[in-house]
Order: sequence, then C-alpha cells, then structure tokens
Amino acid sequence: MSPFQVLRVAIRALLRNKLRSFLTTLGVIIGVSAVIAMVAIGEGAKARVAEAFASMGSNILIVLSGSTTAGGARGGFGSMPTLTWEDLKAIRAEASAVRYAAPQLRSNSPVVSEDQNWTTSINGTSPEYFQIRGWALASGSMLSQSDVDSGTKVVLLGQTVVAKLFGASADAVGQTVRIKNFPFQVVGVLASKGQSPMGHDYDDAVYMPHSTFQAKIQGGLQKFIPGSIIVSAASSDDVPRAERQIRNLLRDRHRVPVGADDDFSIRNLAEMASARQEGVETITTLLLAIAAVSLLVGGIGIMNIMLVSVTERTREIGIRMAVGARPRDVLAQFLVESLTLTAFGGVVGVPLGVLAANLLSTRFGWPVLLRMDIIVIAVAFSGVVGVAFGMYPAQKAARLDPIDALRFE
Amino acid sequence: MAGPLIEVEHIAKIYRMGEVEVHALRDVSLAIVEGESIAVMGPSGSGKSTLMNILGCLDRPSRGNYRLAGREVSQLDRNALARLRNRTLGFVFQNFNLLARTSALENVELPLLYAGLSGRERRARAREALARVGLGERAHHHPNQMSGGQQQRVAIARALVTRPQLIVADEPTGNLDSRTSVEIMALFQELGRNGITLLLVTHEADIARYAARVVVMRDGRVQSDQRQQPVEAVPAPEAEAGEAP
Repeated sequence: MSPFQVLRVAIRALLRNKLRSFLTTLGVIIGVSAVIAMVAIGEGAKARVAEAFASMGSNILIVLSGSTTAGGARGGFGSMPTLTWEDLKAIRAEASAVRYAAPQLRSNSPVVSEDQNWTTSINGTSPEYFQIRGWALASGSMLSQSDVDSGTKVVLLGQTVVAKLFGASADAVGQTVRIKNFPFQVVGVLASKGQSPMGHDYDDAVYMPHSTFQAKIQGGLQKFIPGSIIVSAASSDDVPRAERQIRNLLRDRHRVPVGADDDFSIRNLAEMASARQEGVETITTLLLAIAAVSLLVGGIGIMNIMLVSVTERTREIGIRMAVGARPRDVLAQFLVESLTLTAFGGVVGVPLGVLAANLLSTRFGWPVLLRMDIIVIAVAFSGVVGVAFGMYPAQKAARLDPIDALRFE
Repeated sequence: MAGPLIEVEHIAKIYRMGEVEVHALRDVSLAIVEGESIAVMGPSGSGKSTLMNILGCLDRPSRGNYRLAGREVSQLDRNALARLRNRTLGFVFQNFNLLARTSALENVELPLLYAGLSGRERRARAREALARVGLGERAHHHPNQMSGGQQQRVAIARALVTRPQLIVADEPTGNLDSRTSVEIMALFQELGRNGITLLLVTHEADIARYAARVVVMRDGRVQSDQRQQPVEAVPAPEAEAGEAP
C-alpha cells in the first residue's frame, strides 16, 4: 500500500466521525497554539530585556572609589575618592583585556536655554564613553579628545533634555545652554536610547568633557577622579580577565597589602544582565512547560480516541487482515490516522497561536516575538505526539488475531 | 501443476484455555487437487472451522505440515501468511464481512490495495470481478443498499479479484434463503468450471450436494471422505441475479 493510499484511507476513516475527530484534534490545536503564543511572549520579554541591556552598553565593568569611615559611619563605595587620573591612564595602557576606559563624573544641575530650564544629570566624561555605551549621535558631532584636552565648554544633549529645553522636534545643535551660569555650546544631540533596565532614562542627561566638568561644575582634588571609571572589555569572554587585570593593577598602584580589602570596587554589569536574562529565561521555560503539558494532554486525548476506534473497528481490521493486510499495514493505517489528527492540529494551531500572540501584544501591549524555529518545532512536536500516542493503539490493532477480529461483534 | 494444490499431513491444533487443552484438530491428512470442489461438513465442535482457518492461512497448525501450491506454509510468520491470503486465496464468509459505508467497488478493490496495484488497475479489475458475479450495475451501491444475496456476490467478487487459485467459503449460504443459496452455489460451480478450487464449509447437506467431494469431520478427525457426482445448481427462473427482494 502506497503512503498516499494509507493517507486516503486514514482521512476517510476520520471523516466518518467528523465531530469526534475535530474534538480530538482540538486538544492538539490548543496545545500547539499555546506553545507558540507562550514562547512568543517569553521571547518578547527576553528581547526587551536584551534591548534594555544593549542600551546600557556591552561587556561593561564599572570601577568605583573606596569608602570613607567617619565616626563609625561607613560612607559606601565612592564616598572617598581613591581612583586617580593616573589609575585611569594605567588601566588604558596596561590592562590588555580592556578595550576602552572612561571617567564618569556626575552631578545634578539646572540647564537653562533661552526661555526654558530643566534640572538634569550633568556628566563629565571622555569620548571613549560613547564607544563603551555604544551610543550614537542623532545630529551634530561627538565630544573630541581636543575638547577634553583644552576643557572646551561644549555639551552633548540627550533627547529628553532637548525636548524639555527646545521642544520635541527642535534641532538643538549650535544652540547655547547655560549651566551654573557658564555658557555651553551644544555640539551634538544623542540618539534616543530609552530606559535602563532599572528604569533610568538615558536620554535625560547632558555630557561634557570631564576636564570642563571639573573646572566649571564640580571641582574636587585634581589628582583624584571625583566619580567612577567605566570600562568595556574587548569581548564578553574577556570580562572576567579585564576585571582581574584591573583589580591587580589597582591593588598594586594603591599599595593594598595582601589580604586587605580592596579600596575600590568593581561592578560587572554583564553579570547583572545575564542574571536578568536568566530570570526571563526561567519564566519562558515555565510558560513553555505549561504549554507543553497542554500538548501532552491533547496527545492523551488522541490515544484515548484511537483506542476506542481500534475496538470499534475490530471487525474491519479482521476483514482487512483476511484479504491480505499485513500487521504493519494495519499499524500504518492507525498510526497515520493519529498522525493526521495531530498534523491537522498543528496546521490549525500555528495560525491560532500566531493570532493569540498578536492579540496579546496589541491588547495588553506585551512584547511578543514569533520565532520561526519554535513554530517548526511545535508542529514537529505535535507530530511526535501523534506517533507516540498513536503507537500503542496502532500496535494493539496490528497484533489482533484475524480470526478473533472477524468473530468480534 | 504437478502436486496437489493443498496437502496437509497429520496436522493438529491445540488451544490452551487456562489449564485445559482443547484439541480442536487431532490428526487430519488431506490432499486437494486444483479445480476440485470440496464440502467440509460436520457438527459444531468437529474442528471444521479450525481446519478452514488453517487451510485459509488465517491460523497455523500446532503440529504437522501444510503445503499450499507446493510451498510449506505451516511455519510462516504473520506477514507471509497475509501475503498468501492476499495472493493465493480468497475468503467468503457467512455474514459477508463487507466494509460498511463503503461502496461495492471499493470493497472489491480492498485486496488489490494491499497487493499494491495502481488505482486505475484496481478499479478495472474490481469492475471486471463485479461483472463476473452479475453486479456490474451496482458498483456504487453500499452494502446496506443491497440484499443478502447481492452482498454475498460482492464478497465473492472480492475473493475473485486477486485471481486466486483457491476460494475458502465458510457457510456462504448460512444467512441466505434457499433460492438465493442456489444462486450462490451456481456461481461457485461456474467458477469451478473455470478452474478455481473451492473449499466449502457447511453443515447443510443440501449445499454439500453441489460439491464433487464431501469430507465429514468428527472430533477433530476426518470421519469420511467421499467423491460424488455433484448436483448442478439451477437457480429458479424468476430469481434474476442482482434483483433486490
């Protein structure tokens, strides 16, 4: 019997009991569409987290100054400047796993345009900072090394600041803003980056050369960096090596005795990102597990109906065997019947799952991401369910003794 | 053909029902040559159905040898037996055993489906077989639209369609009235004239008259085995073939 013949016989048998076949396949339809919708939700969440971390920059380490202890109150990291400009130079020059390093000086201050003002975060840094973060310009030009060297009064504005000071669609490049009464020329506007994973608005900030920042915004000792150092490793694999190199270098430079605590702290944002990612991964797996269970239940429904069908059609099986059907012909027939049920479930379940995912994204604003491979896997898995749960009933049919089967009433 | 079509030597069939062993066949030897028509008779429990199942390759003997068309078949596996049933013989049952909700044509095509013939060839041969049993006009009727006699004709067409050497019929007239029975027997006799071997199991002496040889079974053994001049089956004139009652 050709595969096409087997399929034809199977479809005819299924069409004899249309409602029953449909209800049986409904379990698989729901299972497949649930798998697709759930994975789409999980992947959407994962993509959103990944996107958020991408805007933070990749392979990032942050080096913070040490803490002060005054009268028993310990000040926390960064409260005592221990990082020097020489440290920064040393990190750039000596830590081979480090690609870029930049200072981060921060303060909050009102920024004033001709007719508006807005209090935002004022950041002093070097051009490498934008490489580390992976941030691009929307218009104008970047801070340059010469700006840093000569302490030019130029600023880059984030999109939120532009909107607050000049209006949403205004071009701020070339304008002048005043910070602490000093006039600064806007040389560039950064492209929008959205929120950080913690909800911080990256676009609500002003950036200037760190030399200018120290001269005009917040002084402090010339030798020390009144902030932190942000570092990017050459690749994600280099992050632990970069961390080790920086730690050894700084302990060495700060003459920290062996066994004593670091007088600085290194934060690994990649670790944080992967922890978040893992959290989302767990949820995705959980959703997928629940959906897979529903597919499994659908499979059990198929097995149940196939067993009923084998019993009902014992006589038919006997007749087929009497005229020459081999056990494997009978096996194939019932297996193809259950496969047809699940394949139909898969074919109907896919668009239903896609529809459900789209509905969730438009109705509830959930980020969804449809993955082609998951759709293929879901359909393939429903086929596996068909074979797995159809096998026992089909074997039961194939093992029937033709004489007993013919006598069956 | 050189040897007999069917040759059984000292076959026995023992069923185990829990603790008890049931000797359905004790010791049967039989040779049937091609073209013969044999009626196997005997009371119920005599082993005639068991013998028919073994000769029809639905079952295997517990002991003894069975050669069908010169080939030893007593030890073949289920797949090989299925092939034999498909190629070498055809079955006719008391209760017709047609697939319900399936047209006469498709019922007749069924054995050819398992023989792996193409759709076109299947249909052509099924039509030919239906024409041979006088049902050429009713190819698309379903079993529930036909009389018992017509259903049995479809079953005979199904048995014939693979062009077998042997037809095994188990009480083929058991569910039919006497006039229809004669029609069916006339059909069998006509097939016999064309060289088909007929093995007929029946408990009706009336039906056995139409066979050239009568084997009587008792307690799992052959009690008698006699040749006779068969009575020619002549259907009553008003019994038009293919007419519903």
